[in-house]
Amino acid sequence: MAIVAQTSRFSRIAWPTLAWVVGLIFFFPIFYMVLTSFKTDADAVNPDMLFSFTPTLENYANMTDNYDYWRFATNSVIVSVFATLFALVVGVPCAYAMAFNPSRATKDVLMWMLSTKMLPAAAVLYPMTFLTKNVFGLFDTHFLVILVLCLINLPIVVWMLFTYFKDIPKDIIEAGKMDGLTTWGEVKEILIPLAWGGIVSTALLTFIFCWNEAYWTVRLTTIDAATLSKLIEGNRAPEGLFFGRLSAVSTAAVGPIIVLGWFCQKQLVSGVAFGAVK
Amino acid sequence: MGSIVLKDVNKKFGETEVIPPLDLEINDGEFVVFVGPSGCGKSTLLRLIAGLEDLTGGQVNIDGKDVTEVSPAKRGLSMVFQSYALYPHMTVRKNIAFPMRMAGIDQATQDAKIDAAAKSLNLTDYLDRKPGQLSGGQRQRVAIGRAIVREPSAFLFDEPLSNLDAALRVGMRLEIMELHKKLNTTMIYVTHDQVEAMTMADKIVVLQAGVIEQVGSPLELYHKPRNKFVAGFIGSPKMNQIEGAEAAKHNAKTIGIRPEHVDVSKTEGTWKGVVGVAEHLGSDTFIHVHETGLDVGEGDLFTVRISGNIEVSHGDTVYLTPQMDKLHKFDAQGLRIE
Ligand SMILES: Nc1ncnc2c1ncn2[C@@H]1O[C@H](COP(=O)(O)OP(=O)(O)OP(=O)(O)O)[C@@H](O)[C@H]1O
Ligand SMILES: [Mg+2]
Repeated sequence: MAIVAQTSRFSRIAWPTLAWVVGLIFFFPIFYMVLTSFKTDADAVNPDMLFSFTPTLENYANMTDNYDYWRFATNSVIVSVFATLFALVVGVPCAYAMAFNPSRATKDVLMWMLSTKMLPAAAVLYPMTFLTKNVFGLFDTHFLVILVLCLINLPIVVWMLFTYFKDIPKDIIEAGKMDGLTTWGEVKEILIPLAWGGIVSTALLTFIFCWNEAYWTVRLTTIDAATLSKLIEGNRAPEGLFFGRLSAVSTAAVGPIIVLGWFCQKQLVSGVAFGAVK
Repeated sequence: MGSIVLKDVNKKFGETEVIPPLDLEINDGEFVVFVGPSGCGKSTLLRLIAGLEDLTGGQVNIDGKDVTEVSPAKRGLSMVFQSYALYPHMTVRKNIAFPMRMAGIDQATQDAKIDAAAKSLNLTDYLDRKPGQLSGGQRQRVAIGRAIVREPSAFLFDEPLSNLDAALRVGMRLEIMELHKKLNTTMIYVTHDQVEAMTMADKIVVLQAGVIEQVGSPLELYHKPRNKFVAGFIGSPKMNQIEGAEAAKHNAKTIGIRPEHVDVSKTEGTWKGVVGVAEHLGSDTFIHVHETGLDVGEGDLFTVRISGNIEVSHGDTVYLTPQMDKLHKFDAQGLRIE
């Protein structure tokens, strides 16, 4: 008895402590970024001024003056929203087919789709740039960024939706068939209402992934379709890094998504748990 | 109207043939029960009729029309699932209205039918609840309500009562039978409970491994089982089947005698045995007898059913006398000998 009581007291204290420690480790870079964004570029690289410095808003003022933050932000919103939408428009029917009319290949197809995420992006950098720039002339267009973001997120989208749809009893879909539903009717009347929570989680996560994506958005855009990731990247001046300025830009870039994530915490956690939390 | 004819219907899942080609005729207004052990293909056969499964070969006719290629909804059948399969996000009212909404029936007619169905199924007070807030029996009623309002030419039930407790089952069984009497619509009912089969059916279809072993009225199956399988499957407790010398005396490979067709005496009789367990049900007593010296298969168990009560206890010697006119005889192929 004593031992049981002890272990449970131990775990009551130990686990939350561990969680806090891990949480703080993850949070620290963000905290440091926000902190640095209020320092001058000179203060930012001065180790003596790690925590004691005179805060300034200069970096933020510069940002809107010099780089047109809002254009990059608008681009980020546009490409993230449309890439998410298209991924769902393709992903929902795809996951529906896999969940309710599986064939022997379904599991393999799912694995294969996921395996494309293991392909190193750098491996296709040259063909992608060459083809989009010189062959299709799509370089630095919204369309291209949306297409690429949509495609790289599709495996996750299909996989997530598939796990949600699979939880819906097949009987209910069949009852719908008996009652006169068409395939589209099944999706609209049964699938979407029943898996709504899962679809929203998937959408949120995809949106966040799109917003944060940097590899392709940086490399496939220059001005017109450039997103906030590109803005951050663009602040790496050749003569060295302006840490204060960079931090302000970064804070402004990740700010919206952190706020979004904060408000949708619950939905996101259940989403990442892949339907396990219900 | 609702006569259903299956011609050469068969079904394979991949390489495994679950239902070898079979023929079956179901007349309009009949209450037909598919019964058989688990995995014998009852649900599959029902789903083939419903159109939820594609046929591998053969043809399904409803009211003389070939519906093999017709979608489930257009076959004019209603199905009640074992899991109820209600739409969890809709209220009871919306659930019942759903097939009518799909068929484009006007609101006034819908409301009238919902009210009538709710009244006859005791659901009036629950129309605005969601299925999650109902008991199992109420959910089953909603499922039946949803099936009724379509006015189908036939109802298909797949083990609709197996998720209910025993008392509720008996009640719902009666309700379904009343419904059949009232509507006079064809009903096909799948169960593996042979009591349900015997009490509800006009016609029982006994299936084993996808093969129809016998089709007939409950009493036909009880009195004249076509083979050993049906003899053993229909009736509870099971028929005693005896092989060996005792069977040879009757020029048969196997003889069968139902537990209720054996007289018990403490002093004299044809066979002699030792009482194992006696189950007293009040109205009946089941006596399980061992060491009869008969070849009754593994378990060495001979069961007797006596109406009323009899004072026997474990280890007593009893004498058993079969009622000769109730004896069933089967040949080496297991087929009935008249
Ligand atoms: N989709 C399927 N794919 C492969 N095999 C299947 C499929 N559906 C059913 N089967 C097989 O077909 C056989 C018949 O199944 P079915 O569900 O019709 O049995 P059942 O008589 O309804 O049994 P139960 O009383 O347990 O419900 C079983 O052996 C089952 O494994
Ligand atoms: Mg079944």
